Amino acid sequence: MSRRRAAQEPRWVRWSLTAIGLVFLFAFLGLPLAAVFVEALAQGWSAYVAALAEPEARAAVGLSIGIALAALPLNILFGVAAAWAVAKFDFRGKSLLVTLIDLPFAVSPVVAGLIFILLFGVNGVFGAWLTAHEIKVIFAVPGMVLATLFITFPFVARELIPLMQSQGKDEEEAAISLGASGWQMFWRVTLPNIKWGLLYGVILANARALGEFGAVSVVSGHIRGETNTLPLHVEILYNEYNQVGAFAAASVLALLALLTLVAKTVVEWRMQKEMAMLNAELPPEKTA
Amino acid sequence: MSRFNQFLSGLLLATAATLAQAEVSLLNVSYDVARDVYKDYNPLFQKFWKAKTGEEVTLKQSHGGSTKQVRAVADGLEADVVTMNQANDVEFLAEKGLVAKDWNRKFPNNASPYTSAMVFIVRKGNPKSIRDWGDLAKDGVQVILPHPKNTGNGRNSYLSAWAWALKQPGGSDQGAQAFVGRLLKNAPLFAAGGRDATTTFMQRRIGDVLLTFECEAELIAREFGKGEFEVVYPSLTLQTEFPVALVDKVVDKKGTRKLAQAYLDYLWSPEGQENAARNYLRPRSAELLKKYAAQFPAVKTFTVDDVFGGPAKAFATHFKDGGSFDQIYVSK
Repeated sequence: MSRRRAAQEPRWVRWSLTAIGLVFLFAFLGLPLAAVFVEALAQGWSAYVAALAEPEARAAVGLSIGIALAALPLNILFGVAAAWAVAKFDFRGKSLLVTLIDLPFAVSPVVAGLIFILLFGVNGVFGAWLTAHEIKVIFAVPGMVLATLFITFPFVARELIPLMQSQGKDEEEAAISLGASGWQMFWRVTLPNIKWGLLYGVILANARALGEFGAVSVVSGHIRGETNTLPLHVEILYNEYNQVGAFAAASVLALLALLTLVAKTVVEWRMQKEMAMLNAELPPEKTA
Repeated sequence: MSRFNQFLSGLLLATAATLAQAEVSLLNVSYDVARDVYKDYNPLFQKFWKAKTGEEVTLKQSHGGSTKQVRAVADGLEADVVTMNQANDVEFLAEKGLVAKDWNRKFPNNASPYTSAMVFIVRKGNPKSIRDWGDLAKDGVQVILPHPKNTGNGRNSYLSAWAWALKQPGGSDQGAQAFVGRLLKNAPLFAAGGRDATTTFMQRRIGDVLLTFECEAELIAREFGKGEFEVVYPSLTLQTEFPVALVDKVVDKKGTRKLAQAYLDYLWSPEGQENAARNYLRPRSAELLKKYAAQFPAVKTFTVDDVFGGPAKAFATHFKDGGSFDQIYVSK
């Protein structure tokens, strides 16, 4: 009913709504994206390539990708564990746990960074111990991985919880009753069921990890070629009046974002296809 | 699972690598446009040190907003030396016990190896004929400067204007405060920082005059072209200092005191001074100043110590909560 009504709106309404949508898309996404590449290439290809070939720029790209890769397995581990606990079990404090999972979304990234300074900085809770054992967390790569992890933590869990909830526990229970061990059940039943949702969550988390500025900026120390990620590198070059360098680095970020978008679309497409296949198989089973 | 193990060993390696860096390396934590100076200076020093001791030394740089940078040092960023653009920032580290209390006596010239001056940048042809501080308070002139309360750049402009008004015939603190008040009324906005102010003036083309460091004018020319603006030297302006200091706590822990001391001392060597001049910072050496006279027109300057009794006092009188800036702004 409602679908037919939507299609029956006067033509001019449909067209103008579509036009407004497209204009917004162009003005707020298309133009800035184009501007990044125009500015990056303002002094020609050779200046662009030279800006990216700088050791500091290459180190920044490497560090950004490295941090994202380091955060990845931990994100998968914690995300799956949290979603599993929330979706498949009932326990006291469950709603509190769900709220806590969302905390990083609610907290400003800068505050998140400051939390780590308060914990691991020399004057922080663990500061004296860390200094005594000569372990560097803050202003070094481990602290940056921690900050990124904090910021990206909710993505995987958020993606998996509704999926796991909708799938219910039937298949797992069947596996157990047929004599599967806990691990066997996880690897053969749960994981195949959630793999696309998991991948989707990982892609989103990855995109956020690569682009994260606030939290990482606070714990980085901005040592060039060592603890400067790509977004931090963009900021410092811009402040140094190195317009081409800044936008060249920004264009790498934009390209990474576009790649993420492609990956995301592919995963979505595969997910839909699989769902359609499942649905095609399922009806006879359900009626039986 | 093996993937997870791989990751764990990777993380351990990364940590170990961070630990192993404690060899002969020096971290210089600096403000955000210091890169050019030290990018050229570091190879000079490396050569000098190699010739003197045979030791190869790795020099690392950290750049950012200066106040944020010293805060990071106080929170454990292991800087051997800090090279800043505001005495207040080094003072902050001295209060925290990281830097000697008398840091500004540990090196010549108030521990500032080079200086700059606050200047005016006006549009090509100087259409509003802005020549001196007095012109900035006139009706119909728009002045662009970073926030005077919380940026070094803005504070320096504020103090320059104040001192100029104070030195006029019959000048008094009250008169100066009224003058600065009139000048600030001509500011359509306060930029967040030096770079932000430049973008506002050059790119968004807001305002008739931009207040900034002499050395910054060169950076602006690099991005926007020399023909786009003119530099105006007022009759009296602030000589801004770029204080350097050893971070005692770090060099003693890392055993890099000798190296760090040499690194800063060398800034006063002929090579170090000439490098500053090449990067548009006024060298302390009178000889080099003469050699680069075309680049550094003679300008009458004062220091914060001369007029305001030192940076700490200037800060307390003018920029602390309830200071002269707040009084002007409340009454505005």
